[in-house]
This record gives sequence, C-alpha cells and structure tokens, in this order.
Amino acid sequence: MADIGATQQLPLPVERPRPVTASPLAWLRANLFNSIPNTILTLAALYLLVVTIPPVFRWAFIDAIWSADSGRACRGAGACWAFIGEKLRFILFGRFPYQEQWRPLLAVVTFVTLVLASCDRRLWGRRLAALWLAGLVVVGGLMWGGILGMSYVEPERWNGLPLTLILSVVGIIFAFPLAILLALGRRSRLPAVRAICVGYIELVRGVPLITVLFMASVMLPLFLPTGMTVNKLLRAQMAFTLFAAAYLAEVVRGGLQAIPRGQYEAADSLGIGYWRRTRLIVLPQALAVVIPPLVNSFIGGFKNTSLVIIIGLFDLLGAANAALTDVNWQGFYLEAYVFTAAIYWSFCFFMSRYSQMLEREFNKSRQR
Amino acid sequence: MIDSAVPMRVGEPIIELRHVDKWFGEFHVLKDVNLAVKKGERVVVCGPSGSGKSTMIRCINRLEEHQRGQIIVAGIELNADVKNIEAIRREVGMVFQQFNLFPHLTVLQNLTLAPIWVRKLPKKEAEEMARLYLERVRIPEQADKYPGQLSGGQQQRVAIARSLCMKPEIMLFDEPTSALDPEMIKEVLDVMIELARDGMTMVCITHEMGFARTVADTMVFMDRGEIVERGPPAEFFANPESDRTKLFLSQILSH
Repeated sequence: MADIGATQQLPLPVERPRPVTASPLAWLRANLFNSIPNTILTLAALYLLVVTIPPVFRWAFIDAIWSADSGRACRGAGACWAFIGEKLRFILFGRFPYQEQWRPLLAVVTFVTLVLASCDRRLWGRRLAALWLAGLVVVGGLMWGGILGMSYVEPERWNGLPLTLILSVVGIIFAFPLAILLALGRRSRLPAVRAICVGYIELVRGVPLITVLFMASVMLPLFLPTGMTVNKLLRAQMAFTLFAAAYLAEVVRGGLQAIPRGQYEAADSLGIGYWRRTRLIVLPQALAVVIPPLVNSFIGGFKNTSLVIIIGLFDLLGAANAALTDVNWQGFYLEAYVFTAAIYWSFCFFMSRYSQMLEREFNKSRQR
Repeated sequence: MIDSAVPMRVGEPIIELRHVDKWFGEFHVLKDVNLAVKKGERVVVCGPSGSGKSTMIRCINRLEEHQRGQIIVAGIELNADVKNIEAIRREVGMVFQQFNLFPHLTVLQNLTLAPIWVRKLPKKEAEEMARLYLERVRIPEQADKYPGQLSGGQQQRVAIARSLCMKPEIMLFDEPTSALDPEMIKEVLDVMIELARDGMTMVCITHEMGFARTVADTMVFMDRGEIVERGPPAEFFANPESDRTKLFLSQILSH
C-alpha cells in the first residue's frame, strides 16, 4: 500500500506545472487530426452528421405542423405535432375519466417528487421510507378514488404514464428486497434454502417475461377457487415483480462475491451476528460495487413494463398505440413513437445520471 | 454462564486447548494440540508457514472449527452452539494480518460499530470510548478519515483499537506486522507492547523476535501442525531442545 506523506510533511511544496491552455486550433489538431486514422474517423463522423442531422431537424421543426383541426389538414413534409397536441392527454392518461385526469397527473407528480427527494442523501433513512410509504398511499388514493369525494375508477382504466410508473416503481420497491434475500439465500450454507433460491432464480430467469405475464393473466385464475378473482393489474404487478427479482438477485450476488473474506471474519471476530453483519458491513459494500448493473436492470425493467400490453393493460406505449387508431388522425406512427420514446428516454436518462451520482457518493470512501 | 465477566484469578487458564485435531479435507493441519494460556499471560507463537499456527488461533474464536478435542475459552466450551460462539467472540479480540477494516465506514464508525450494535452502548458513549482508544494507539486526529486514506501502520493501529473497544479479555494477533512496510512495524509493535504492560492476555503469532523477547511469557514453536516446543523466551532462544526449533531460529535470526 503506497503511503506518501501520510505521516511526514514535505518542507516546501513544489508547485505543479499548470497545463498550457491551448488555442482551439491547437486543440483540434491534437484531438481530432493527430494521426491519419483519426483524421479519417473525424471526417467520416462529420459526413454522417451532415447527412443525418439537417433532414431530421427539418422534419421535426422547420416543416413541422404545430396545429391542425384534423389529420387530413396535417399532412405535409414534416412532423405533425398537432397530433400529439390533440392526443396528449389520451397518451398520458388513456381512458381515465377525462374530467378526473388531474388525479393521475398528480400521481405522476408525486412519483417524480419522491424520486427527486430520494436524491438527497440527507433524507436517507427512516424519514425517506416514511415519505415513500405516504407517497404510495397518496398515489393509490388518487388513482382508486372512492374517498374524499373522488369517484371510484377501476384499475382497468389506469392507463398511460401512471401505469408505467406504478408498475416499475412498485415493482422495484418489492423486487429489490426480494432479490437481496434470494442472493443471500443462494450463498447460504443451508442446502434447502440454497436449493429453493437457485431453483427460483434459474426457473424465472429462463422464461421470457411475456410468458410470465401470460401465466399470471390466463393461468393463475384457473388455479384460484371459483368466485375469487385477483385484479389484472395486481396480477401483472406480481408477475413483473417476481420476474425482476430473479434478475436483480444475480446482480446483487455479483456484488456479494466482491466482498473479501476478511470482512466477514472481522465482523465475526467482533461478535456481530449474521443479519447485522449483512446489513451493516456486507450489503453497503456489495451494493455500492454493483450500482451500474443494478441501474441497468432498473432501466431494463422500466422499459419492460411496456410488455403488459400483451395482456390488455394500456401503459404509456399501449395508450400511444390506442391513440393511433382514431379514424380522424390516422397514420401518425412516427410522431407517436418519437413522443413516447422521448418520455421513456428522459426517465431512463435521469436514472443513469442518478446512478452516476450514487457512484460518486459511495466511492468517497475509496478516495485517498 | 455466558457472562463470565467474573474476574478470574491470575494463574487460572483462560484459554485451554485439549487434544485438538483439525483437518482441511484430507490434510491434517492440527495434530493433538494442547495449550493452556493463563489470564494475563503473553504467548508468542512462531513457526514456518503452513505449520498450523494461524489455524490454531483462529480456532480459539472459532473462525475455524476443530474436529476433535476440546477448546474452552473464558469458561465456555466451543461447540456448535451459536449463542456460545458469539459470547466468546465478544470476549476475544482479533487483529488480522490484512487489517480487515471496514472500508465504507470512517475510522470512528469502524470503532463504534460493534460496541453500539453488539454491546448496545449509546452512540455518544461509544464514540467517547472510541476516541479514548484512538488516543491510546496515537492517532486521535484520524477519527473522521476512511481506512483507505491511512497508511498501513495507522490502519493496523485502528484495527487494534477496534478490537479494544469491545473490552475483550483476550487479544489474538495473527501476524499483525507481516503486511507492513518496515518503517511502520515499530509503531504497531509499540502499541502492542503497551497493551502487554497493561496486563492484557495475548496470543500473538509473529516473527518479530525482538518483540517476542520483550513481551512473551511463553514461546511456542509449531511445525507441521504440532506444538514442537514451548518455554520461557530466555531458554527458548538460548538453548532450544528440538532440532526443528534450532533450524527455524537459525533461519529467522540469521539476517
């Protein structure tokens, strides 16, 4: 272990030479044209940009039609953003009663606020958990209604963005702890626990999500006693959670394997029991190591929610698809998909930035 | 019976190994090991690598399980009963060759973790005690740093302080200076010598023979899983009985 100047002080610090600030031209030469292959790559990249950017820009902005009364009046060389304007509320909230759509909007705002609040590390701990619990209750109340004078809305009509957020956020909240237990179980010394965890992970991981969703929606009711029904959204949520847990479990296990044996021995030698050792010493280190693949799985899971359309639930993408079936506004596929893609992208981009922030936060201890 | 905090009379054995055998698979690592350590006694264990000395002291706090014989620590016999194991580990501190500090916690948090969660000390009290021990190992100013920011010698002193915060009856040292750069060995040994002066019961694996002469009441030499020779350091170094001991001593004292 290097150990420079930790105990003794150097008498006079010699100033480190500052890098010379180069002119833009010098920067270009040093970074983009410093060798023949690099010059070729630079020119090729420039060519690609010139070919692709202007037409896309022209389509999306210059030739775009921003307002129109019907689809017929909206045909031109550019994008028809009037379609999005017309269908915005349907794409975002689907068949949720039109007059009541402030409720799903407020639910989305609640989710976003909760996620943003989670970024502040000072709030971490019991307070944040309480905040989340309260937030989920608020979201549930807003969507369901039947209280405080809000009319009841059956879950079949929770469409669009709120459905996507509910499926992914609630899915992650339940899948993550389950994944940790599965990962710990897979490394357990108890053969029965290990066998159950390995069996579960390998079984669920080896099946496409669509199959799991189908089973939850078609087969599960067959096994339930007659008269007992579990609502479709809940079944999809369960399928989604159980599926995500299997994937996350393997990511968490990867982190557990990165913890040296000495950490376990040090904890054992201090008389710290299994659960405390896991919570205070093993997991904080193991999870910090796997933040990138963990967030990768979260992002994948978030986008996987769009598969629920298979069993007749209309999430954001499903609502966009449904919007396309309007006879008056036919054929605006590109606009609908670009718009939904932008929403998906902004959520995923946020997650990826958040993951970078977490990494910085957790790696503080490794800085010298 | 778990709380054997009843002060034991000096001279009574606090660690006892009776006919202990252990195998790693087919490999017989410990062969009929018998050892008694009295309260306040300082035992230094030496021997070539692979002689089983590390395995032996790791059996004392059951980081390793023995397969035959009896190990009794602070009046509690080590067996499969988990309650007993945790009770013993509270009384036995251990310092490792690789320090094994918790890298995600600050020095102060490293020290207070077990007192708070295992001894159930209030946080403030635990921190006061931790600062006291940091003072004793002479690095009070490093309390808020992370282990990765310290030198090896400082890390090992933090590790010693971390064990001491549990107020153990016994301290086990598993080659505490072997991973250190030469100029840091002394700062760690000084702390250990001070600990010995305060009357701590110590079992210490080390090849620092100068240290052994200073603190040891008993020298133990192990080879191929057996205790080959034991005795007070004066005799042990001056006229060892067995040829194996002679050979080993000539090898490590020659340079």
